[in-house]
Amino acid sequence: MIAHSIFFYTFSLIAIISAIMVTASKNTVHSVFFLILDFISISCLFIMIGAEFLGMIMLIVYVGAVAVLFLFVVMMLNVAQQKNQWFAAKNSSKHIPVGLIISTLIFVEIIIVIGGWKYKPEIFDINNSFTQSSVSNTHSLGQILYTDYIHVFQISGMILLVAMIGAIVLTFRQRAGVKRQSYIKQISRERAEGVEVLEVETNKGVRIDD
Amino acid sequence: MDFLSIIFEQIYKILFLLVPVLVSVAMIVWLDRRVWAFVQKRQGPNVVGPFGLLQSLADALKYIFKEMIIPSSSNKVIFILAPIVTMTLALIAWAVIPFGATQVLADINVGILYLFAVSSLGVYGIIMGGWASNSKYPFLGAIRSAAQMVSYEVSIGVIIINVLLCVGSLNLNDIVIAQQNLWFVIPLFPMFVIFFISALAETNRPPFDLPEAEAELVAGYQTEYSGMMYAMFWLGEYANILLMCAMGAVLFLGGWLSPLEIYPFTLIPGAMWLILKILILFFLFALVKAIVPRYRYDQLMRLGWKVFLPFSLIWVVLTASFLFYFNLLPVN
Repeated sequence: MIAHSIFFYTFSLIAIISAIMVTASKNTVHSVFFLILDFISISCLFIMIGAEFLGMIMLIVYVGAVAVLFLFVVMMLNVAQQKNQWFAAKNSSKHIPVGLIISTLIFVEIIIVIGGWKYKPEIFDINNSFTQSSVSNTHSLGQILYTDYIHVFQISGMILLVAMIGAIVLTFRQRAGVKRQSYIKQISRERAEGVEVLEVETNKGVRIDD
Repeated sequence: MDFLSIIFEQIYKILFLLVPVLVSVAMIVWLDRRVWAFVQKRQGPNVVGPFGLLQSLADALKYIFKEMIIPSSSNKVIFILAPIVTMTLALIAWAVIPFGATQVLADINVGILYLFAVSSLGVYGIIMGGWASNSKYPFLGAIRSAAQMVSYEVSIGVIIINVLLCVGSLNLNDIVIAQQNLWFVIPLFPMFVIFFISALAETNRPPFDLPEAEAELVAGYQTEYSGMMYAMFWLGEYANILLMCAMGAVLFLGGWLSPLEIYPFTLIPGAMWLILKILILFFLFALVKAIVPRYRYDQLMRLGWKVFLPFSLIWVVLTASFLFYFNLLPVN
């Protein structure tokens, strides 16, 4: 139990410190790296409470894919400069109230959810039958997702698909005059249509244009 | 005291796994260069030690005594962290590889997801190294590599789903045991081929070694590295290649199972079979390096997104429908 709490406090300390560093560090790329550290320690916390599937999916999706894209954008756009300009400007105080309101809202929401869960657990209709039994976390998650919540699950998948297609449609533009490689054309090209052997008469030459 | 003995036991086990992995990484570099040379009718490294076996040790010694140059305009912390991240990630993944029914360091329920997660984290070593160098070639190499690894991870994930459909468990040992009667390479042969090619791309091996294409990018993300830090990148890269071979062996070639459960084969321990399968896969990796020309970048992306991804997705549907129709779905 002691080892458990040592690990818990280590990971949560790392998570909190890196979450603060995400906002506090001057270099934007550093913030993304701290964000990655945050994700990793949170997935470690997930694994510690027995939600191994969630922890691994967190690593694969957030750290392996989303954060890579973040890093891409931040590295290429050179946001570091822009950010410094923002905060150097005199009217930067305009952003502070908005941020305060949003963060207070999120804080209150978290308090309501966690506090409610702790003191009035019967309000939240959490089906504990799967988590209590001997089946592994992955099995119970799959059983809940593909039976009770199949429609919600499918709809969320649909929403993601629509978002993906929408993003492609928005950024796709057909440009004229771009030469594209056609693999089928290239592969199906035969010697007969590519090369022609001509008998050339002396001093006459051949027309190759037609 | 109990606590201490557990820690020492675990450290002993970890060393017992990691030291052979590191030694075999050194040997595998030699094997890679030898195979490459023989395909091109050269001799390859054959001077240091018998058959040149100690060549990698000589190289490592050379790297250790060379100066580590840290560029003055680089981001020093991240620059030093990058090779460490690459190497650590390549080594921690070995914890879940089963060498026998009980010979596994961490027999976790989500072993295959852990392997997948760690191999998808491998991209960070390269991005960090490329960005922190603060130089054009490493940066271009890092961006290429990130795009490439993220693309091919998708198809590897879908291939893993194919295997999982046949097994019904995420545990690597269960995956091996499920292949007792039939290795998955036979029913899922197209998936094995795609896995092999995606593994080549995931580990930045030729013909997909665009992140370090020497003709255009000098040495890609490693350009600014020297001495021991370069050697760590290099060790991490080969450890990753071995890991991918191990993953292929576990997913498709029956892991530590012997090909036939009859007398002469059963004498050889399971770990030997796994090592043999890893070596066979690595031999294929080395052959591909020698005989295939490098891909162009747009062709690489096309292959990943427009060929492998749809094909493996369709194969998931096929596998699922086949298992469902013939009532073969693993239910537990």
